[in-house]
Amino acid sequence: MMGWMTALWAIIVREALRFASQRGRFLAALVRPLVWLVVFAAGFRAALGLSITPPYQTYITYEVYIVPGLCGMIQLFNGMQSSLSLVYDQEMGSMRLLLTSPFPRWWLLFSKLLAGVAVSILQIAVFLAITAALGTTMPLVGYIAILPALIVTGLMLGALGLLISSTIRQLENFAGVMNFVIFPMFFLSSALYPLWKMQESSALLRDICAINPFTHAVELIRFALYGQFNGMALFWVCVTFVICMLGALWGYDPARTMLRRKVR
Amino acid sequence: MSGLDVSHIHYRYSRKGRPALDDVGFSVEPGRFCALLGPNGAGKSTLFALLTRLIVAPQGSIQVAGFDLASAPRAALARIGVVFQQPTLDLDMTVRRNLTYFAGLHGLSGGSAATAIDEVLDRLAMRERAGEQVRALNGGHRRRMEIARALIHRPEVLLLDEPTVGLDAASRQSITTHVHSLAETGLAVLWATHLVDEIRPDDQVVVLHRGRVLTQGDADDVAGELTLAERFMEMTAEQDEAAA
Repeated sequence: MMGWMTALWAIIVREALRFASQRGRFLAALVRPLVWLVVFAAGFRAALGLSITPPYQTYITYEVYIVPGLCGMIQLFNGMQSSLSLVYDQEMGSMRLLLTSPFPRWWLLFSKLLAGVAVSILQIAVFLAITAALGTTMPLVGYIAILPALIVTGLMLGALGLLISSTIRQLENFAGVMNFVIFPMFFLSSALYPLWKMQESSALLRDICAINPFTHAVELIRFALYGQFNGMALFWVCVTFVICMLGALWGYDPARTMLRRKVR
Repeated sequence: MSGLDVSHIHYRYSRKGRPALDDVGFSVEPGRFCALLGPNGAGKSTLFALLTRLIVAPQGSIQVAGFDLASAPRAALARIGVVFQQPTLDLDMTVRRNLTYFAGLHGLSGGSAATAIDEVLDRLAMRERAGEQVRALNGGHRRRMEIARALIHRPEVLLLDEPTVGLDAASRQSITTHVHSLAETGLAVLWATHLVDEIRPDDQVVVLHRGRVLTQGDADDVAGELTLAERFMEMTAEQDEAAA
């Protein structure tokens, strides 16, 4: 078991070092949600009235509402970015090296996922610190309770990224997938507006938002930030994770990758 | 036997396609340098993918140091060192960092990893480059580093898939000489190539063409009265004519 943990740690350290060496990526990961928080939320505050819905027990400002969604956004982008690094790894051959490790393939891919989650939590920690410095704070218990929630949601979004990247041949194709996956998932969720608000404009859109796994990820984070547990959200996040992980394990068939190379 | 034993391997990528490997079998004993000689498309990379369990052969068996790759994959993979044809280094990390990552993938950490890394760096005369970024190394040194990496976990079988591709003549010779010396220390070495000048007369040779083993034996026996290059060309041309 010690060897398994050593392999996991090696993969996490490599991912963290790669992230640290990509300053642009770190900056982008922080600036993106901060722009939403500072600029977008300021504009929307007046237009969007929020009622008291769980987990909130009083009226809240729009900035407070979108913080969990922006945490989810960081993980969504990070999950896709980690997958991007997998496409790069496949092209560079380092994926082959990883898979020749004597540890089981599922453990190596899971370790890769956890490494991505660790990087995303690092980003969220910095984001929440800046958010607090700007005056949007959460209950103290929330900063601790959010950690397990972020691990689960990070795994789900990372597994989704893995699944997508296992179907991609080249880096160039990934940009299109980013647009067709990230933006619809983000906008058709409860990250920026509560579902009841969506219901006012379209019942269909509200239903789509309600079945979007990203909505459940955001709600899990939102409740955790207030020290509360959302069992339904956890259930759907776990179900999505298992489906995506099984799909990714099936997708990472080196025989198919080699066949594609030969056909290309 | 220990070393590498491949027997009756068949593999095809699709049901209707022609076999990528057809009844391939050979053995490499510890201390031997075996050249897997074949032109492009012979099936060398497919065989390497099977030997490293990237893909699994439905028929035949592969034994690594006495462990069956199908039934005891962990034990078998732990005894294999691989240098792939395609470079697999993190260019922006240091040599030591790259090696530490690989050591971790084989369950080595802390002091045991550091000792193993120092040993292989010394063995490849790369110790003084340990702190440099891989990007700063030339092609020959990067290859040396990949060979050093393949030795960290003290494998019994070393697989190298066309490791001299893209290198200049001096680097090619240096790496070829070095890997021959590794075989002399007791490693079973399988060296895939299409360049006959990398093979010594007393090396073992397995000639692979169109997914089949055409002949195998010591290089000078295989060559007969011809040079190995001439014999290789003759054999592959005969097969191509027969196929046409």
